[in-house]
Amino acid sequence: MTIQASAAGIGDSPTRPDGTPKVLGAFGYASDLTVPGMLHGATLRSPHPRALIKSIDVGPALAIPGVRAVLTAEDIPGTKYYGLIAQDCPVLALGEVRYHGEPVAIVAADDVAAARRAVAAIVVDYEVLTPVTDLRAALFDPDSPKVHAGGNVVRHQPVRRGRADDPDIRALADVVVTREYQVGMQDQAFLGPEAGLAVPAADGGVDLHVATQWLHADAEQIAPCLGLAPELVRMTLAGVGGAFGGREDLSMQIHAAMLALRTGLPVRMTYNRRESFFGHVHRHPAVMRYTHGARRDGTLVFVTAEILLDGGAYASTTEAVVGNAASLGVGPYEVEHLAIDAYGAYTNNPPCGAMRGFGAVQTCFAYESQMDALAAELGMHPLDIRARNAVKQGSVTPTGQVIDAPAPVAEMFAQLRAMPLPPDRAAGDLLPGGYGNTTHGEGVRRGVGYGVGIKNICYSEGFDDFSTARVTLSAADGEPAVTVHTAAAEVGQGLVTVQGQIARTELGVERVAVAQADTTVGSAGSSSASRQSYMTGGAVKAACEAVRERVFSLARERGFQVAEGSRLAGGKIVSASGEPLVDLALVLGADVVEETREYRHRPTGPLDRMTGQGSSHVQFAFAAHRAVVDVDVELGLVRVVRLDVVQDVGRIMNRQSLEGQIQGGTAQGLGLAVLEEIVVADGKVRNPSFTDYLIPTILDMPPMGMRILEYPDPAAPYGLRGAGEPPTLSSTPAIAAAVRDATGLALGRVPIRPEHIAVPAQNAARDG
Amino acid sequence: MEFLAPADWTEALEAKAAHPGAVPICGGTDVMVELNFELRRPPALLDLGRIRALKDWEVCDGHVRLGAAVTFARIISALADRLPALATAARTVGSPQIRNRATIGGNLGTASPAGDAHPVLLATGAVVEAESVRGVRTIPVGDFFTGVKRNALEPDELIRAVRIPETAGPQQFAKVGSRNAMVIAVCSFAVALDLERRTVGTGIGSAGPRPLTAPAAEDFLAGALDWDGLAVSEDAAERFGALVAAAASPIDDVRGTAAYRRRALAVMAVRTLRWMTEKEAVAV
Ligand SMILES: Cc1cc2nc3c(=O)[nH]c(=O)nc-3n(C[C@H](O)[C@H](O)[C@H](O)COP(=O)(O)OP(=O)(O)OC[C@H]3O[C@@H](n4cnc5c(N)ncnc54)[C@H](O)[C@@H]3O)c2cc1C
Repeated sequence: MTIQASAAGIGDSPTRPDGTPKVLGAFGYASDLTVPGMLHGATLRSPHPRALIKSIDVGPALAIPGVRAVLTAEDIPGTKYYGLIAQDCPVLALGEVRYHGEPVAIVAADDVAAARRAVAAIVVDYEVLTPVTDLRAALFDPDSPKVHAGGNVVRHQPVRRGRADDPDIRALADVVVTREYQVGMQDQAFLGPEAGLAVPAADGGVDLHVATQWLHADAEQIAPCLGLAPELVRMTLAGVGGAFGGREDLSMQIHAAMLALRTGLPVRMTYNRRESFFGHVHRHPAVMRYTHGARRDGTLVFVTAEILLDGGAYASTTEAVVGNAASLGVGPYEVEHLAIDAYGAYTNNPPCGAMRGFGAVQTCFAYESQMDALAAELGMHPLDIRARNAVKQGSVTPTGQVIDAPAPVAEMFAQLRAMPLPPDRAAGDLLPGGYGNTTHGEGVRRGVGYGVGIKNICYSEGFDDFSTARVTLSAADGEPAVTVHTAAAEVGQGLVTVQGQIARTELGVERVAVAQADTTVGSAGSSSASRQSYMTGGAVKAACEAVRERVFSLARERGFQVAEGSRLAGGKIVSASGEPLVDLALVLGADVVEETREYRHRPTGPLDRMTGQGSSHVQFAFAAHRAVVDVDVELGLVRVVRLDVVQDVGRIMNRQSLEGQIQGGTAQGLGLAVLEEIVVADGKVRNPSFTDYLIPTILDMPPMGMRILEYPDPAAPYGLRGAGEPPTLSSTPAIAAAVRDATGLALGRVPIRPEHIAVPAQNAARDG
Repeated sequence: MEFLAPADWTEALEAKAAHPGAVPICGGTDVMVELNFELRRPPALLDLGRIRALKDWEVCDGHVRLGAAVTFARIISALADRLPALATAARTVGSPQIRNRATIGGNLGTASPAGDAHPVLLATGAVVEAESVRGVRTIPVGDFFTGVKRNALEPDELIRAVRIPETAGPQQFAKVGSRNAMVIAVCSFAVALDLERRTVGTGIGSAGPRPLTAPAAEDFLAGALDWDGLAVSEDAAERFGALVAAAASPIDDVRGTAAYRRRALAVMAVRTLRWMTEKEAVAV
């Protein structure tokens, strides 16, 4: 008899525990938290993008029945500023507001209505200033007002390799293409708005239940602002309704805690949809100017790029976003001579920071558009020019890093090409304009386009990136059971499920429980950078291995034979060949085996400040899309007909979750291509609602063909490659290329709006 | 906030007379949004949901008479043959959930320039029946929209029904939205031909402070159309499109630019005209 690998281990797609409750509407999100006697918090936000605060009168608000506290910057108990990288963001505006929607004062009241009325009753005397809103002027005009005393440049990262400026090198290029590209401000548009509950504790501390992406980073930022010792801020993950980077920065955490500590009562804060658009950072809008030179056969000779990213009023993660834009800014291509300058700016526009793709999305639109422009000039197929220049294992990146793991980009193109194209339009197919009855086929043209992207996985540039897992094995009723405990945030990506799968595989135990994430276990790092399967997966694996070793020693102590190469499977210790040796329950008895492990990926280094050289990334991941669109060229309406994708993931941990990630990432890229933009005029957000911030519906998202490759990365747990972000990069340029193919227009800006196509004078593209 | 829930139409009229500040609520798909966003805080809500009579429709004197509480879902399922353009417009409203609740009376009550029923009601020459304890008043829909989200109702009046002339010829509706579904109109256009009287009706949505008509385009087409063969020259169709575009007074906003709206209206006008005059379209 041999024991098979445990069901619902890695590679399977067990049903996720949150799936059914979410579909039934029974899942408890952070906004559903209630405790008896709790107060409701609300936030007064600035109506101006830039103004001095002359005075704040909270008197009228305090006079409203049911209002328990009204707090301003003066009431911040500790440090006044916080931030993920630079601590430049005031907990509440300090004498000055720097963006439309900046928190100015907070209120706690017996009910939501009283809290909102109190917010409306606070009197703020503003001296309105002209906001700094032009990205280029903010960075380069010496006369531009400074958003912060230190100037408007958050980071400038050059990357230099070869001699891109040398006329002799440039002369080697048979074609040179220069274009400017723009990317609008995309929002994460998660469905569960920011929410959490702060409960004051008897020891003077506070217990926070919050929907967030990284419990420990939250706590580290919260405690100093509250003037509390770190151990007095305890955090538990509440139900998260999507994140996509938008929950990396703090939102209501410190505010709710301040109100709870002041009133001595639990306080819940829940943003509504409108407030949510002001309550988190967005994707950086970008202005990019690229020049590509290539030989007649398509080989890239040189690339120069200027990449401007608008970080808005506060730093958030702009510094790291610039690092990604700079280091990944030519895409998955070998280029000998290049000069890239990436800048992140302070302006009085809404703050921007982490969003799925993190600095690699904007440049992907630009460099892929450039590859298409070159292909058109050279009369080449878009995939041929890409394949000619594609990186492979052993290639050197623009920062001098050697790609030492598989990078099957050329194979991805071949697979994409082999996938069947959708049939021609047939009667009954949904047309551009959907149910609007705007065409019966008139003006409709089909287009096909391609895109491929490169994304770094895990944290880069020397960051000490680690995750912690505690795994406990015991026997109850003669049956072994495992508990996995980490602080890793399940944000909907399926992390809880994959942790259980790893434990089942490593420990051969069916019964695995994943404990609620909280700060009683060490940090797991952020649920971002496509890193949790890699990092927390790695930590769970390591802790399981330690538990297994302990079990083997325990067995030997108790007189059981445990041969070299033994494993755990089916609740037993089994030999290398799968022969059952002894039941785990028998070995364990009443003992509990518990091990905690920290897992670190291999170290990375910084980018040189002048040349951008350095091995700054842990792992590279790739996805490629082919988009087929129908465009009504007279009305400028687009219907995406089909999106096919090839992605390499190293190892499939959970196919269903993975496919969900690829579909979701692709949809988010579709949104950026043709729909999603926070419209900002003079620093003010014009569309903070789902009425006018349009995300794709089921009728906008086409069927997808999917090929998933598994070329293992020897440095990663199970050989896996982070998978959540890459599809977000490449679907946008693929769709833009398809629309260009259908219309013949240059289309240098996403999202592409109907007027860009239908009213040529309003075409935002500019040729160089 | 008071909640008034009259059991029948008479009670509703009395309640509205006694509480002129009460806001009627039917499907609630506009009212609840306004309450949630705290755009208004009315002293009372007047719930029309219990009044059976408002949910019926009937055919009388060459009109289809729709009770104010007839939903867009009902218009699609029951009236697509009698009111084809209105049914086309109804299909573009929101999502299935919204169409199950949203009513024609509520659309008129809100009187948004983007209300999708309005261009069709204008093009077909519909009449609004407004009623109060003082009596019934009929308001041609062209006089009903008085400004941005303003209508001609008196404070004590409720919409009882809307009367739409039975189809007297081909009619069309088209709506541009930047998403394939669940989208507020960037602009919309409706056109209806009356083959007996040989008149043309038009309606323009989301391209002015209120729903508009294009009288010059209507007159032009009435003259340019070959009514017997139901045909129109290319040039005349283009001219019709240009006149429709000229009748609009659009602005630049987050949903689109003024220039785009004019262009799209011209395109929709030409296309819908073709659909009405092409032989196979007439048969529909
Ligand atoms: C997600 C969403 C999507 C939407 N999409 C669209 C769309 O695509 N196209 C579109 O046109 N609209 C859309 N709407 C708006 C709304 O659904 C429509 O305007 C709908 O017709 C309103 O009908 P209702 O019965 O829900 O109105 P209610 O909200 O009940 O009332 C609307 C207004 O009419 C008044 N009112 C209602 N009945 C009467 C009456 N009998 N007499 C006098 N006044 C009355 C009310 O006082 C209120 O001012 C959308 C709304 C939502 C929430």
